[in-house]
Amino acid sequence: MVDKYLFLVFFSGILLASCGSGGGSEDQLSGEIKIDGSSTVFPISEAVAEEFRTEAPDVRVTVGVSGTGGGFQKFLRGDTDINNASREIQPSEVKTAEENGIEYVQLSVAYDGLAVVVHPENDWVDYFTVEELKKIWEPEAQGEITRWSDVREEWPDEELHLFGPGVASGTFDYFTETIVGESGASRGDFTASEDDNVLVQGVSTDKYALGFFGLAYYEENKESLKLAGVQNGAGNVVRPTMQTVSDGTYEPLSRPLFIYVRKEAAQQENVQQFVHFYLDNAPMLAEQIGYIPMPDSVYQVQRKKFEEFAGSQTDSVSTGSDS
Amino acid sequence: MNNTNSSRFKDKAFRVFGLSAIIFCMLTLVIFIGFIIYQGAGRLSWDFMTSLPSRFAERSGIYTAWIGTLWVLVLTTLISFPLGVGAGIYLEEYGNKGKLSKLLEINIANLAGVPSIIYGLLGLQVFVRMMKMGNSILAGALTLALLILPIIIVSTREALRAVPSSIKEASVALGASKWQTIWKQTLPASFGGILTGVILAISRAVGETAPLIVIGALAYVPFVPESPFDEFTVLPIQIFNWVSRPQHEFAINAAAAIIVLLFITFLMNGIAVYLRNRWQQKINW
Repeated sequence: MVDKYLFLVFFSGILLASCGSGGGSEDQLSGEIKIDGSSTVFPISEAVAEEFRTEAPDVRVTVGVSGTGGGFQKFLRGDTDINNASREIQPSEVKTAEENGIEYVQLSVAYDGLAVVVHPENDWVDYFTVEELKKIWEPEAQGEITRWSDVREEWPDEELHLFGPGVASGTFDYFTETIVGESGASRGDFTASEDDNVLVQGVSTDKYALGFFGLAYYEENKESLKLAGVQNGAGNVVRPTMQTVSDGTYEPLSRPLFIYVRKEAAQQENVQQFVHFYLDNAPMLAEQIGYIPMPDSVYQVQRKKFEEFAGSQTDSVSTGSDS
Repeated sequence: MNNTNSSRFKDKAFRVFGLSAIIFCMLTLVIFIGFIIYQGAGRLSWDFMTSLPSRFAERSGIYTAWIGTLWVLVLTTLISFPLGVGAGIYLEEYGNKGKLSKLLEINIANLAGVPSIIYGLLGLQVFVRMMKMGNSILAGALTLALLILPIIIVSTREALRAVPSSIKEASVALGASKWQTIWKQTLPASFGGILTGVILAISRAVGETAPLIVIGALAYVPFVPESPFDEFTVLPIQIFNWVSRPQHEFAINAAAAIIVLLFITFLMNGIAVYLRNRWQQKINW
């Protein structure tokens, strides 16, 4: 037991020392780490796994893309060690966890902004209020809100064409929950696709289109889309940028992305090492992929949370230096 | 006179219709393949074939994906070929043609139309969980084998049926047993057709994504499978994964991976055509 603890301190030290750079020396670390879940979080976990290979080449980290819900099904059976999630665990899943005796910890790893976009030639939209978005997307809107002028009177009397992520995606769940007020509640008469690039194409080729998807897809297609602002709770119109998503002013359409770690896994050295590595490198990797790093203080909180959950002492990492 | 004119016109009209149908099909195919090759050919390289996936598109490769696809391909063939052809032979040659066989026939034909994700769910429950194979290549190959079995059975039966009954009767009349007739006459004569069916079915299996994702095939695997019990990923999953990334460079990777997948499929079809021709030359009645 004491040995184990010493090991941990030792590893954490190395981790901090070599933070961000390659050239780990703990080849003795081995075993498997199984990750599954959200395809939105996948790129971050893939990047972390890729970098972790230089730290601990003998640890076999695998990542699947069953979706947040599909991933939780496996996670809550104990089939996987870590679940990627683009939304929080749902009450029904919590119940399954209790039934199966699975304990877990939820860690936020990055932010994703949901961009509300229109066609570049759309010269009437500058911003939406949350009420307007709700009016457009709520189930009652089906067949009722069909023209731009139905949303705001001064807007043209032209058909409104809606594009959004498919109902199986966590993005859809998040949007409906924050805008409509109930997860999954939405009108059905919109063009849905699980592939956000299809939505990009749809909105960029239709002057009367309105769509929403992850900010990274807007960033990569700036020239063919127009970003709409969203009025936040404080009454300011905010457009999603690295800055506004990170500092929380672009709300309510900024969401955290999570990983869930299972208790039994969290007690293994290789998983502990991996999760620390994840939190240390997430800011840099998230940015490279197109997501938005959280403030350092938030990562600090996640580290502490994981330390306590894993049952090891917090002081070994509490001084954490971020890259 | 009038009558001949009208039938000539119909004849011509039908020819034009047939021709335009073929041009339409070929044109779509040529545009599609041309576009993919235009996009992805430049990305193909030895590095691309031997690198692991990465967050940097230009460093990414399909090493584990194409090897996984080959594994799945070989195992699926080994499992589905004997089962499918055996079942087909039994149903066509041995099974009595009663109501039961009619029912079976309808069911098998219906199974061929069941969406692939349903097979994935079946595979998840039976192979992955009940038989405890985990999300291994074997579980994936068994699932895909189930998926294409109906197609193989149906095409095997079609091929057997195409053998003239005079041949079979002559064989039996000369004192050959049923087995001798099947082995020496019917099977060789129909083998080309059977092979075509099998290869088409397997080509379908190679492109499947949904059932494999359901049984837990992964998207990022940093090691090459060494046995049928290892975890795996396949090309279609990697392609789908890349296509849905926001960065355009990944779309180019996807195009290059599609070229590799197409190449594998073409190669298989090529083998099928070659084998069929060889078999047909052997038959001299």
